[in-house]
Amino acid sequence: MTTPVTNAGIVGRGNAAGAQLFRDWFQGLSAAAEQGRGAAYVFVMGSLAELLRVFDFPIVFPEINSLQAAVRRVAHEYLNEAENYGYSPDICGYVKADVATQLRGGAHPMGKIPKPALAICTNACNTYIKWGEIWERMYGMPLFTLDVPGSRGAGLASPRGGDDFERDRRYVEAQLGELITLCERVSGQRFDVDRLREHLRHANELTTGWQRVLELNRSRPAVFNALSDGTIYLGVANGFRGTPEGAAFFRDLVEEMAYKAAHGIGTTIEERWRLVFVGVPCYPIFRRFGELFTDWGGVFVNSTYLRFASGGANLGFVYDLARPIESLAEGVLLGVRHAMDSMFFQTDALVEMIDTHAADGIVYHPIKSCRTVSTGLADTRRALMARRDIPSLFVESDMMDRRVVSEAQMKNRVDAFFEGLGARRHQAAAS
Amino acid sequence: MSTAVFPDWQGQPLERILYHARELVEDADFPTVRRWREAGGKVVGHFQVYFPEEIAHAAGLLPLKLRGAPVEPTQAESHFGSYLCSIIKTSLELALSGRVKLELFVTHPICDAARNLAGVWGRNVTYPCRILYLPQNPNSAAAAAYLRDEYDRLRRAVEEIAGRPVTDDDLRGSITVFNENRRLLRALYALKRDRPWLVAADEAYALVALGGLIPREEHNDVLHAVLPLLEQRAAPRQDRIRVILEGGFCEQPPLDLLRVIARSCYVVDDDLLIGLRWITDDVPAVGDPLANLARAYVDHSAHSPVQHDLRKPKDRMLLERLDGARAQAAILMSAKMCEPGLEELVVHTRALDGRGIPYFVSEFEENMTSFDQLEIQLETFVENLLFD
Repeated sequence: MTTPVTNAGIVGRGNAAGAQLFRDWFQGLSAAAEQGRGAAYVFVMGSLAELLRVFDFPIVFPEINSLQAAVRRVAHEYLNEAENYGYSPDICGYVKADVATQLRGGAHPMGKIPKPALAICTNACNTYIKWGEIWERMYGMPLFTLDVPGSRGAGLASPRGGDDFERDRRYVEAQLGELITLCERVSGQRFDVDRLREHLRHANELTTGWQRVLELNRSRPAVFNALSDGTIYLGVANGFRGTPEGAAFFRDLVEEMAYKAAHGIGTTIEERWRLVFVGVPCYPIFRRFGELFTDWGGVFVNSTYLRFASGGANLGFVYDLARPIESLAEGVLLGVRHAMDSMFFQTDALVEMIDTHAADGIVYHPIKSCRTVSTGLADTRRALMARRDIPSLFVESDMMDRRVVSEAQMKNRVDAFFEGLGARRHQAAAS
Repeated sequence: MSTAVFPDWQGQPLERILYHARELVEDADFPTVRRWREAGGKVVGHFQVYFPEEIAHAAGLLPLKLRGAPVEPTQAESHFGSYLCSIIKTSLELALSGRVKLELFVTHPICDAARNLAGVWGRNVTYPCRILYLPQNPNSAAAAAYLRDEYDRLRRAVEEIAGRPVTDDDLRGSITVFNENRRLLRALYALKRDRPWLVAADEAYALVALGGLIPREEHNDVLHAVLPLLEQRAAPRQDRIRVILEGGFCEQPPLDLLRVIARSCYVVDDDLLIGLRWITDDVPAVGDPLANLARAYVDHSAHSPVQHDLRKPKDRMLLERLDGARAQAAILMSAKMCEPGLEELVVHTRALDGRGIPYFVSEFEENMTSFDQLEIQLETFVENLLFD
């Protein structure tokens, strides 16, 4: 059981500070919108926030905007509006929520979203590109697609320093050079390599901290819930990448999690089951979705989401400030590739999570909206079951669309899963 | 390999050749692939949309276009989640059921679902499964050089399968064969555009699709024989509207659906199997062959919803296809659960609305078998135009 929030204000401060940072961020975006400043629209897998901050762009993550609409239970209004505009019920809900946000002139439950001055998308998700094309048509602003070649097959990530890796890295670096030129043109500001170094330095602190926070969740009890608390930290890792605020947040968070680990302080419930989460959370009923597990004492100790949705920041890649552009290219290549591997070739990662985090069970949550994440999950579950004797739950819903979320059915499945876990533990104890 | 894997057409009149082509395209047992293998050949399966087949061909391998099939995905279904298009599942079914045996499977991340294919296949078959990263930033000055290296990586992979080196001369030879093929396909599409009463949509489709199933030399032979026969065909020109068909870049509409459309419209251009027609000009057969192929992909190529290129905005490309084919209307189709296709519908309908061009919108699935409803709707659409 957790210790109350005392301890000189250390315990629980990460969640509070994260929420405050988010409010500040959206206030800043609202102010930018009111001033008519154009933003850089980016995505979580390869945001390049470190670089864009050099040009003082307000940074907008449309994926985060969309999930915030779902968490605030208004996503259906946005989805309906986009569907009335012509978008199919069968495409990504994030895209549709954003289309409606744009049609509303940026009106969003968290504030007002500025219009894009440019958009950058990687190829880590094909919908990123189709999404960017929508803004291109709506606003006529430049869309920059950053190609980041991924692993060419299972276990085929070209090793750092090898010829194949170097070729990919050079391709990314060349594109970064072109992006810098574009940013100069759009922002009217000259590129300043020292400012880039500064943002890279902050990003280094953030990613090092992010990696350490994930490691600290090996503690028993786990020091945070990867589904609920982890999503807050993830938001900061994305939204504040390359900033002093982001670096400070993770410095403090590491301190908090280390403190909790040292003192045996867990999450807000008594931990009975340690779980790994695979997929994307069910944001339309986010709180309730989490409770389906915590009510049974289930705590998510790790997830693939914290890997791919942080753009591979969990690698803890540290930029070499002596050669910033080269190193940025290398970091983007490694991070985005790792994010993709965490979705498409995830079996080894899951085995590792199970072992290092002493997981009792694994929960797969494929969603209608995201085929990138969800298409192969049934198959990776089969592959994992062949490698580890661990109970798993496979429950399908959505990250945006409550029409495909059946809470009662989900609860039945979750309850049965925990009953199975209990029976298994009982049998193990008896034998 | 000199053995013909598709001898059925030889010495036959036009209608019989077209019959055999349609039969082969719909045959889920892939008899030409079986014959190729029986003769000792090896096969590289490549998923939609575009694949540089010359590289596999230069190694003496048969590049087989995997474009789904009219089969029930009884084994494949359990490997995927819900809300997916059919082609993803039926293509895997071909592998799991043993209907198609390969030495190498290559896929390009064309969409969010398909980008999972290399992982899923790789976990369930014993042969290598590779991802080919075609550039999604063809506007970068570095894209062609990158792609040249990517093709070299593919060359190394096929060399391992073939058990022999693939020389530049091998590649140049293959480029020559494929250039001829591209010229023949362009001639077929020119005929379809200029005298559509001579070749129906489903017939043209079958003739193109053959190319993904048989060695290109054989395909060239078929086309060389068929094109003059089509030119001489005694088919009267009819009062039908000229349409373009969009939505066949990946999952393929069943032939019967194309027949239904052909009964009431002249399909004067389309994006069916666009990957087989991706390169729009001859690829130079001198110099660095991989660099030439890469340059052709980047600069001399068609368009599709799954490739981003600032030079090819989707709305403008649709209108260019429409104008280039002198079409009066468009049939916009999307495979069910096909995200890029469904997203493109919004772009296309708005572009056509902007020009006041009539269009017909529908979804399809490769395994659909009932077309009555669609045929009635389409006939109504056509009648409205004809009697407007």
